[in-house]
Amino acid sequence: MELIWLVPAFPLAGFAVLAFGRGLPGKAAGVVGSASTALSAFAACVVAWIYVSGAPGGALGALPYPTSLWPWLELGSASPAIGFSVDALSIVMILVVSIVGFLIHLFSIEHMAGEEGYHRFFAYMNLFVAFMLILVLADNFVLLYLGWEGVGLCSFLLIGFWHRDRANGDAARKAFIVTRVGDVALLLGILLVAANLGDLGIGEASRRAIAAWAPGSGIAVLAAALILGGALGKSAQLPLHTWLPDAMAGPSPVSALIHAATMVTAGVYLVARSNAFFTLAPQVMTAVAVIGAATLLVAGASALAQRDLKRILAYSTMSQIGYMFLALGVAAWTGAIFHLATHALFKSLLFLAAGAVINALGHERDVFAMGGVAKKMPLLFWTFLAGAFGLTALPPVTAGLASKDAIIARLWYVGGNARLLWWAAMAGVFLTSLYTFRMLFLVFAGKSRGAHSEDAGLAASGALGAPTAVPLIVLAVLCLVGGLLDFPRFLGGSPFFGSFLGGALPPSPELGTDDVQELLLSLGPLVLTLAGIPLAWLIARRGIAATTATPEVRHPSRLAAFVRSGFGFDSLYSFLFVRPVSRLAGRGVDPVNLASEGLRGLTMRASRLLRSSQDGRPRRYLAALAVGAAILLAAVLL
Amino acid sequence: MSAQDLEIALALAAALFVIGLAGMIARRSLVFMLLCAEIMLNAAGFAFIVAGARWGRPEGQTMFIFLLVTAAAEVAVGLALILALSGRLKDLDADEMRSGGA
Repeated sequence: MELIWLVPAFPLAGFAVLAFGRGLPGKAAGVVGSASTALSAFAACVVAWIYVSGAPGGALGALPYPTSLWPWLELGSASPAIGFSVDALSIVMILVVSIVGFLIHLFSIEHMAGEEGYHRFFAYMNLFVAFMLILVLADNFVLLYLGWEGVGLCSFLLIGFWHRDRANGDAARKAFIVTRVGDVALLLGILLVAANLGDLGIGEASRRAIAAWAPGSGIAVLAAALILGGALGKSAQLPLHTWLPDAMAGPSPVSALIHAATMVTAGVYLVARSNAFFTLAPQVMTAVAVIGAATLLVAGASALAQRDLKRILAYSTMSQIGYMFLALGVAAWTGAIFHLATHALFKSLLFLAAGAVINALGHERDVFAMGGVAKKMPLLFWTFLAGAFGLTALPPVTAGLASKDAIIARLWYVGGNARLLWWAAMAGVFLTSLYTFRMLFLVFAGKSRGAHSEDAGLAASGALGAPTAVPLIVLAVLCLVGGLLDFPRFLGGSPFFGSFLGGALPPSPELGTDDVQELLLSLGPLVLTLAGIPLAWLIARRGIAATTATPEVRHPSRLAAFVRSGFGFDSLYSFLFVRPVSRLAGRGVDPVNLASEGLRGLTMRASRLLRSSQDGRPRRYLAALAVGAAILLAAVLL
Repeated sequence: MSAQDLEIALALAAALFVIGLAGMIARRSLVFMLLCAEIMLNAAGFAFIVAGARWGRPEGQTMFIFLLVTAAAEVAVGLALILALSGRLKDLDADEMRSGGA
């Protein structure tokens, strides 16, 4: 357990090798990057094994194992160290991050081959994995914040990976700036905790908060709200969600790793990790659930109107994270983390498969220009299908089935006003089915509609290399069986995952014991999803008809355009924030700078004044000397 | 030497010093400035002599001999510098040296 530092150290070392070893030939960079994450994943598995088997009394996940590497800062009474805390929650997170991270690195070896900056790509990816592992292992808020900012930096660097295109740089900046709004809130929250509780260790601060703060008191609400602000920014929830669709400017493996599987779910992890603060602030908990439900619906509807394959998946990610926030909002901590884990599996699978499709079609991203891919690339079709079944929670793929249905069932049992949330979640299920199968039909079914129909690239990439195929297959298999970790009891499953996490997270509200009712609750989403499939087929057909009818100038209806733009949040923010600021800046007078500019002017003027006294005329110096001496003399004598 | 004599003599020394200083500030020519420096040195030397005579001690005269030597050295070095500069400058104007005597 003392070797836990190896888990983040391997990718960090990989980053160092890749960043400073420019002489590595060709694909060696990819091999180094993948090997470092493979070692990290192996170390994570070993740690998990030791943790599970070494727990005292055979109880799973009983105690956190703190390991402090070295002292870091002295901040008054708080002294955050470079220290890791291993408990069930961080075990789950490091397994997800390192294993999914490794598979995505492996996929990238071939996917990114021939790209300019192949080294750079793997260096950034390794750095990202290292920071993400630090984030989830940190035993204090300061180290967590270091990882938090680190993953944000890597996200920025990788979104703008193809930096020769200005639009990509803009997307990277947008992601950085929008998440920064949340980061500042998180930083303020951490400082508030430090100032009021005097300790920055997550466990210790939580204990002190429970002892010192009354539930629902102003300070508890403020602290929870500030932490939530950080989570909203990172996890692309309303109202800080606008960066995620644009973040698709980066390469597909980046979208899979950072913007689907790990970084965007860091907000969910943060809320679960600081659950003590949220439990103390019921108002904020309600806000979490409502924001989750709103994001779920807005993003789901937006996904239905997108044309860009990766943007569909981006909106889908937002909407799935909305489910996780819903679960967090009703204190179903383990349910949220379970959905986080399964979502990491099926969404990274979808992104990787989508990336392979996009590459094979010559970087075509418009779903209306695709079609007929299933016949040419059956492997991609089957793996994508597995991911899509996971996303829509259809059997036999168990990943989404177990996690999403559990959340929805829990919402039902919470009762009261949470019934409204349950309805929102059910509407979300229907939307998910619609956009997923619309995407599936448009991309894979029918005939090819693009100009690239018999493209050489498609023929060549029909046969995927092993580094590309293996991660897809492994992820698909994991999707198939992943849900069995926590399968509903009435279907003969056992809540292994939930009881494992039970050591690290407070217990979730009880589910009912009525098997029949649970069965009905699970059948509801299933029926809705199945009902969505034919409708999705119709929507896809209509979409195709509309695009082929007037291919050049097709004016989408205003509603469709509004939904496609993600409910106009971008224009709203542009109107509210971007334009006023750029208008101010455009005048050449920056009010913020006035103070510092004034100081500069004053210094310049004073120096000019003094400079004239040093003109090189010895007689003047002499006169000044004489006057000075006279003054001194006068001062002494008088 | 009475206290009154001392005051008169010191006033003379002060007057000499101020004349030298004023001359140094007023005159541009390096030769005259050197001359004025001599006057100021002599003013100081005179004050030493007077003080030595007032208390009947030899240190005043000792200091004056020191001053003579210093003044001689100063004139020697100063004149040598002026001689060296005279080739480079049009006239020996101290203000001309601002540009580095180019």
